[in-house]
Amino acid sequence: MTLLDVVITALVALRSNILRTLLTMLGIIIGISAVITLTAAGQGAQQGVNDRIRGLGSNLMFIRPGTVKNGAGPLPGTGPSLFLEDANAINAQNLPYLDGVAAQGTVGGAGSPFPAQVIYRGQNVSTTLVGTEPTYQFVRDFYVDEGRFLSDDDITKKALTVVLGSNVKDKLFGSKEALGESVRISVGPGRFGVGFNFTVIGVMETKGATSTNNQDDLVFVPLPSFQARVPFIRNPRGLTNVSQINLKLKDKSKEKEAVLEITDLLRKRHNVNEDDFTIQSQSDVLSTATEVDRTLNVLLVSIALISLIVGGIGIMNIMLVSVSERTREIGIRKAVGAKRTDILLQFMIEALVVTIIGGLLGVALGLGITQVLSRTIDFNLNLLVWETEVSAGGNAYVITPFWILAGIAMSAVTGLVFGVYPAWRAARLDPIEALRRE
Amino acid sequence: MAQKTAIRLRHIAKVYKLGSQEVHALRSVDLEISNGEFLAIMGPSGSGKSTLMNIIGCLDRATSGTYELDGINVSHLGDAQLATVRNRRLGFVFQSFNLLPRLTAIEQVAMPMGYRGVTNRKQLAKVALNLVGLGSRMHHRPTQLSGGQQQRVAIARAIVGNPTLILADEPTGALDTKTSHDVMEIFRKLNEDRGITIAFVTHEHDVAAYTRRIVSLRDGEIVSDVPNVPSYEQQHSPAAPPPIAAPRTEHAS
Repeated sequence: MTLLDVVITALVALRSNILRTLLTMLGIIIGISAVITLTAAGQGAQQGVNDRIRGLGSNLMFIRPGTVKNGAGPLPGTGPSLFLEDANAINAQNLPYLDGVAAQGTVGGAGSPFPAQVIYRGQNVSTTLVGTEPTYQFVRDFYVDEGRFLSDDDITKKALTVVLGSNVKDKLFGSKEALGESVRISVGPGRFGVGFNFTVIGVMETKGATSTNNQDDLVFVPLPSFQARVPFIRNPRGLTNVSQINLKLKDKSKEKEAVLEITDLLRKRHNVNEDDFTIQSQSDVLSTATEVDRTLNVLLVSIALISLIVGGIGIMNIMLVSVSERTREIGIRKAVGAKRTDILLQFMIEALVVTIIGGLLGVALGLGITQVLSRTIDFNLNLLVWETEVSAGGNAYVITPFWILAGIAMSAVTGLVFGVYPAWRAARLDPIEALRRE
Repeated sequence: MAQKTAIRLRHIAKVYKLGSQEVHALRSVDLEISNGEFLAIMGPSGSGKSTLMNIIGCLDRATSGTYELDGINVSHLGDAQLATVRNRRLGFVFQSFNLLPRLTAIEQVAMPMGYRGVTNRKQLAKVALNLVGLGSRMHHRPTQLSGGQQQRVAIARAIVGNPTLILADEPTGALDTKTSHDVMEIFRKLNEDRGITIAFVTHEHDVAAYTRRIVSLRDGEIVSDVPNVPSYEQQHSPAAPPPIAAPRTEHAS
């Protein structure tokens, strides 16, 4: 028998019980389509997050209070150990590779215990309130679109001026003019919160995110005004607490040098042996994000694999039933000269044909589901890259040829693994016993 | 007819273990079958004739003794080698036809040739089907064929590989009288016209009546081995069907 003969024999056998074949296949179809869909979602999220992180600016470094363990972000509230004075000290060093420094304090946003809101004529929008310096624009490569950004004058006067993120502006004002209007910014939980009126002096450019919680949802006020008006972040030692210092490098290749030198400086200033701050470069953030994505992908693929195993058990079950039903056929085939290997091959090929056809259908179904999902459901992966939440989603489903081939390979492996035992049972049947069976 | 020995059994014994008990299905059977012979192996239930058929058919191995098929000692061959021997040298015809329900007649007949790796197997299957007079029903499935036609497909499947010996296990047991005669006629013609060696395993005397030699078994031993004059020759009329009540053949003891 050539392999083609065996395949044709398998197809004839499978066609003779088409409903059962389809139901058996269903397990594999669901498993493989799950693999395709979930990996597409995972890959899409990963790609989206990576794009966003790159979009933050490639020569960016951050200093945050607290230490980082195991590559995770610093825990919120690990201590007020980073100050505006640190930023000024770094700036005073005139480091040759440093292009700019901007300290910032932050409240509100996802994960913050203190919600922040912007209120205009009874409408309110949740936001992340950022108190910062005029250099922020340049350091973060994020500029105003309308009006102006915070000025040195605003800083010295502790002015009650605010620059709105484009989403905040759109939500509160729509197409109306926002510049010169007065908005109320409230910080803190419920009635314990404090609120002050700020005058809108500018609106930021749109960073072009479609999902929620991004740079377009921030509002910016002068750092001293932020310090003065948000009482619960005041420092008892009279220093100015900041939640982040942004650094812009001239040259990315100086990253390591910068980290070493600034670490040294801050250790001396803070008089500590063990760092009470963390310097993270964009590549660190990227690798953290990749790590998170990898974990997510492992999770998604595990879910898909479990459904494949369930499908495989279904295959094994049906193949065992089939072997038992066709005992007589096996006896006849053996009587006319089929060897054990012929019978083994016949049933293995049957299992393989079911799983491979199931795998192909599963790939097709997975592609279809992905198409539908990308038009309807946002698959959001939100990663908090410090105060800036980086998210990806919407139609960010990425189908790679690798996963299509992997899906088909997985279905074949399922057929092999779960088909071998029934086939072996068939092959070792005694021909006399098999012929006697009704 | 060539008198070369097709089958030679020497002191063949078969012992089954049923729990602690030993059942002697065959006790020292000696039997030779020459090419071109047409014989019946008879005996009541439990006489060991099925066991003997399984051993001759290379479906089972004897506990002791030697078995030569076409001069080859097959007593100690492995499973795969026995499968090859069955495929190349033996043909089986069963009481219940044992056709595969999904396959057409020509596919049934071609199947053994598939395991032999022959490429023109459909061709060979056609020839075999024509020999049994089923040339017009090659593409029918078993459910579309009568019992007699099904058995003829099975006979075609047995002869397609040009075997040394056809083993038929009560081939008319499931057929009515008229059809039985038709099927037996086919066997007789295959034996007489084409010299195919045929051994029936049966307990029916009207089947045995067609043959030229009758071997009787009882309690695992050959109790008689006598020539037989086929009943249709007694009537000097080869075309006429033989009487269904066959003449009794004598038994030793």
